Amino acid sequence: MHLNLTRSQRAFQARVRKFVDENHPPEIRAKVESGLKLGRAETIAWQKKLHAAGLYAPAWPKQWGGPALKPIERYVLDRELALNSTPALVPFGVTMVGPVIYTFGSQAQKDRFLPRILNSDDWWCQGYSEPGSGSDLASLKTRAVREGDHYVVNGQKTWTTLAQYADWIFCLVRTDPAAKQQEGITFLLIDMKTPGVTVRPIVTMDGGAEINDVFLDNVKVPVENRVGEENQGWTYAKFLLVNERFGTAQVGRSQRQMLRLKQIAQSEIVGGRKLEEDENFRLKLAKTEIELLALEYTELRYLAQLDAGKQPGAEANILKIRGTQMQQNLSELLMEAVGYYANPSLPKALEHGWNEEPIGPAYAASLAPAYFNWRKSSIYGGSNEIQRNILSKFVLGL
Amino acid sequence: MDLSLSEEQQLLKDQVERFAREAYAFETRRRVLRSEAGFEPAHWKQFAELGWLGVAFAEADGGLGGGPVETGIIMEAFGRGLVLEPFLPNVVLGGGALALAGDDAQKKALLPDLIAGKTKLALAYAERQSRYDLADCLTQAAADGGGFVVSGHKAVVYGGNLADHFVVVARTKGNQRAKTGLSLFLVPRTAKGLTVRGYRTVDGLGAADLALDKVRVEKSAVLGPLDGGLALLERVVDHGIAAICSEAVGAMAVLTDMTVQYSKTRKQFGRPIGGFQVLQHRMVDMTIAVEEARSMALYGTLHLDERNAKTRKRALSATKVQIGRSARLVGQEAVQIHGGMGMTDELAVGHYFKRLTMIDVAFGNADWHQRRFADLS
Repeated sequence: MHLNLTRSQRAFQARVRKFVDENHPPEIRAKVESGLKLGRAETIAWQKKLHAAGLYAPAWPKQWGGPALKPIERYVLDRELALNSTPALVPFGVTMVGPVIYTFGSQAQKDRFLPRILNSDDWWCQGYSEPGSGSDLASLKTRAVREGDHYVVNGQKTWTTLAQYADWIFCLVRTDPAAKQQEGITFLLIDMKTPGVTVRPIVTMDGGAEINDVFLDNVKVPVENRVGEENQGWTYAKFLLVNERFGTAQVGRSQRQMLRLKQIAQSEIVGGRKLEEDENFRLKLAKTEIELLALEYTELRYLAQLDAGKQPGAEANILKIRGTQMQQNLSELLMEAVGYYANPSLPKALEHGWNEEPIGPAYAASLAPAYFNWRKSSIYGGSNEIQRNILSKFVLGL
Repeated sequence: MDLSLSEEQQLLKDQVERFAREAYAFETRRRVLRSEAGFEPAHWKQFAELGWLGVAFAEADGGLGGGPVETGIIMEAFGRGLVLEPFLPNVVLGGGALALAGDDAQKKALLPDLIAGKTKLALAYAERQSRYDLADCLTQAAADGGGFVVSGHKAVVYGGNLADHFVVVARTKGNQRAKTGLSLFLVPRTAKGLTVRGYRTVDGLGAADLALDKVRVEKSAVLGPLDGGLALLERVVDHGIAAICSEAVGAMAVLTDMTVQYSKTRKQFGRPIGGFQVLQHRMVDMTIAVEEARSMALYGTLHLDERNAKTRKRALSATKVQIGRSARLVGQEAVQIHGGMGMTDELAVGHYFKRLTMIDVAFGNADWHQRRFADLS
């Protein structure tokens, strides 16, 4: 047992660092560092570069065009990318629907969709939640009726992140209303350009427009776009959620936020001293940093178990709960760190190309919006209360 | 990076866990607890025979060449069984100091007997006023002829009630809290002027307060560098921290499991209380606390051989904070969810809770280590 990277892991780390040095433009780095918004093109350009270097879709098997990185390498990759303020990857294709397709999809679906996901040619979004189905996801009502070689889909999906950019949406739909809730659900892949698909943005309290309603009005979906069996969609949906939750811990991103907090604490003044010297702040920072270590090493232990061939289960729920609490905690500390300058509302300052004089320190503008925005993380992907229900049932047997 | 146990380590784990489960059932423990000595000599003999007392020592010192990981495996299993025998004071603290700093003669004189279970050691470092500050030392060792004369008081010496030899920290130079000027001395229990007041601790273990009144020791009794003992002491205590953190992980895992099982059988309002979501979520939080404690115990253990002392100390402080916070949550919730039964001496719950509470106190509590972590950051 040891914590040092092995020779091959160090070599991999060096490869990632070299890749980042050569491919990550300073202006993008600066934007990510200051919490500015990235456009569709910037995100796609970065994903394509990663793919060209064999660093995209790290968990995908070689058979489907992935590099099949080992769990510890994935951890190293994630950490290096996050610490270097590289753009966040869009998970819906590569982390979510991709593995569902290569695990449960038809050969035609694999051939058609997997290369386009890997190459970021298609932007995917997730059609799970509905206005009446949040935590109780299996109660979803979007209806799909088989008509010849098509399904006709009617209903509404909501909280759909970045649907405004999406080419495709993967949807849970009800195909058998008479069956038990979980047993009447089917997993469909729907082209966003299909007539009857309408996207309407939802403005969040931080002023952002990341999420959307997606209305499905007599949308015709070819049967060939059904993943797996009809009425077996819940199985595929749960498989996807486990992968999603494993990723939501985002330890690397939190480590970067921790560094940012420390930098800001060198500039902010409290009681005539640097914030970083303030006793109360120091102890809060230490507490958070230790919690972050615990999260990191919990993830590492689980990755080591994956490496030994164990399937992820309860671990994903634990990482989801603690990972999102950490993100929220850091966003709170960051906002607190700037004192009064959490106040000014400058939505334009977060947009590309804004070059007016900042109000207060330049790093302050994004912090309150980020704090408000990150409240989402304990709600999405199965709220943290739902995660506890799952752990209670499947791990504690209650 | 490799977080898997070797085959030998897995075997050791299975063996010690079996001992904790079978030979250390709660009733056995209760009997040991009530005995005069507060530990079972037959168990100690068994530990020696199975090699557990020597597994972490170098082969050159008569051990099996293991290290912190092996110690952690044993301590975690001992935590599961709430084992009362003084493994920590002997193997990790007293023995650890000797292994790290002893010269050949010192090691030869004590380590083989320690490993064979024939002699017992303890580390006397804390004092009434020092609280958790390892540098704070009023006990004086004055040079006298070729040797030293040691006088002072040592507080809550773990395993001191049973020890045949003490490693005593005393000041050879500097004022009360100076970081230089500490030295470690080997002092036999029979030394003239040494009074050992042994007692039981609230968690059922044993300790002692020592009064040293002009205790004369030879120069050969100095363990490690004269005046430079603090770094050594810190290192030994970091080993102690990792060991009790592993112990706490074992205790917390059992306690959480015990609580979940109890909630499945205890009925109120016509159904098992484990069916109530308000309790379910709290038991999930206990489970998460144990998982995080386990991660940090591993983190601490694997940092013990870190060469940079600052990095090592910071890592062990992080570990101790996590274990303190997790243990507080798990212990208190276990008692609460057991209800009135959780308050009784009859159930194991209270015994686990008491040990976990004292583990937080040992070597500096979570607040203390949070500050040390901040200072070292």
